[in-house]
Amino acid sequence: MRLKCPLCGERDRREFYYSGAADYLSRPEAGAAPAAWDDYLHNRDNPAGVTRDLWYHEQGCAQWLVVTRNTVTHEITAVELVAGRAAE
Amino acid sequence: MRYSGLKVITEGLFGNKGWKPAWRNPAPKPAYDAIVIGGGGHGLSTAYYLAKNHGLTNIAVLEKGYLGGGNVGRNTTIVRANYFLPGNQEFYSHSLKLWEGLESELNYNVMHSQRGLINLFHSDGQRDAFARRGNAMITQGDDAILLDRDGVRELLPWLDFEQTRFPIYGGLLHPRGGTARHDAVAWGYARGADRRGVDLIQNCEVTGIDIEGGKVVGVQTTRGPIRAPKVGIVVAGRSSQVAAMAGMRLPIESHVLQAFVTEGLKPVINHVISFGMGHFYISQSDKGGLVFGGDLDFYASYAARGNLPMVEHVMEAGMTLMPMIGRARVLRSWGGIMDMSPDGSPIIDKTHVEGLYLDCGWNYGGFKAVPASGWCMAHLMATDTPHEVARRFRLDRFATGHLLDEEGTGSQHNLH
Repeated sequence: MRLKCPLCGERDRREFYYSGAADYLSRPEAGAAPAAWDDYLHNRDNPAGVTRDLWYHEQGCAQWLVVTRNTVTHEITAVELVAGRAAE
Repeated sequence: MRYSGLKVITEGLFGNKGWKPAWRNPAPKPAYDAIVIGGGGHGLSTAYYLAKNHGLTNIAVLEKGYLGGGNVGRNTTIVRANYFLPGNQEFYSHSLKLWEGLESELNYNVMHSQRGLINLFHSDGQRDAFARRGNAMITQGDDAILLDRDGVRELLPWLDFEQTRFPIYGGLLHPRGGTARHDAVAWGYARGADRRGVDLIQNCEVTGIDIEGGKVVGVQTTRGPIRAPKVGIVVAGRSSQVAAMAGMRLPIESHVLQAFVTEGLKPVINHVISFGMGHFYISQSDKGGLVFGGDLDFYASYAARGNLPMVEHVMEAGMTLMPMIGRARVLRSWGGIMDMSPDGSPIIDKTHVEGLYLDCGWNYGGFKAVPASGWCMAHLMATDTPHEVARRFRLDRFATGHLLDEEGTGSQHNLH
């Protein structure tokens, strides 16, 4: 598996750390109900098919990335910078 | 048909023409008293104990493929009871006791081999942690022996004890740990359930769960609708998809775990050995192949195959631990799909729908749990109360904070 980092180009999977579903970007507001925090931390759609998850380019540009991937075929269709998304 | 040595001899004398299929292949009836979704190890043992312990025989197991075609047919077959946390301890202890009587219980040779399991340690701190774990196992009533370096050397003289990174300080021996024949467990439970009248329905995929007024009333399948007042979801590997049919979003992320087997060799490894620091474990099958594996590939996946970085990592760890295997040739590798939960422990619980029960989240420890998981799931489905030894496997424990984080690695699904 190789990921095409928007800054570094195509790199080996071993350069990246996998964190989990992109749900981690939708952090509840401070003071949200405990159920919202439980859902955010633990519960997942966990699709067999296209998913979006968070990877960290640990041995490259040290950027967090949102990767759009197929969990059945391992095909990667998009890699975006989390930082870039925040600036939009 | 009861299997026996005499039966084998007489069949051998008369051309083996008297053997019958081990179970029927019935068409689904329109309604049952209970349905178990999933014909793997856990689903089949659930059906077996529903019939045997609770007298529920008008029940069906619905399997989308063939019986035992999922993870029970593709794991590395380790059976052990070396857990530390209350909640896990009594459950796996119960499971090991069931394993020890399984062959006579099922009249089926599951090739349960208590060859001993050795977890190696590599530092003073790890030795202390393993001593504590061993004491917990003994307190639970299971067995554990703390071996120093010489003790390990006596049993496993061919390990590389002086590796520069992880020199071996000793190991925790669990003599009652071992292996079993994976397929045979599924087949034995299937045959036992069938003999008690359970319908094992293959090529029957559940496509919907029918709920009326907060109660489950049946399921939709590729072979038509089937009604039942109780439905158990026992489909580790596909739990999120089936639970979604009942509107549930589970605390599970699916990951691929790879395993490997070499060509058949003469007997050389007599135990199950785990090398936790290198993420490597190994045993030798009765056929002679070295069966070994490592850690998850670490990204969510439903592909029953992994990527090369983990293959390389596992081979390197194996060579670090026991350079003698360097010339064995790997015959094949494969991957299984793990229900990874946020604390590394399973779920056997009711759901928000009356009559709908959930057995999932086995991470990569599901095989040894097959007997007790079925035992406890059957108890839950039949009596509507959790079994004593599975009472902490709650679905809501992540919200309430009653976690069973055996490794202490936190709430990230792939870190367990």
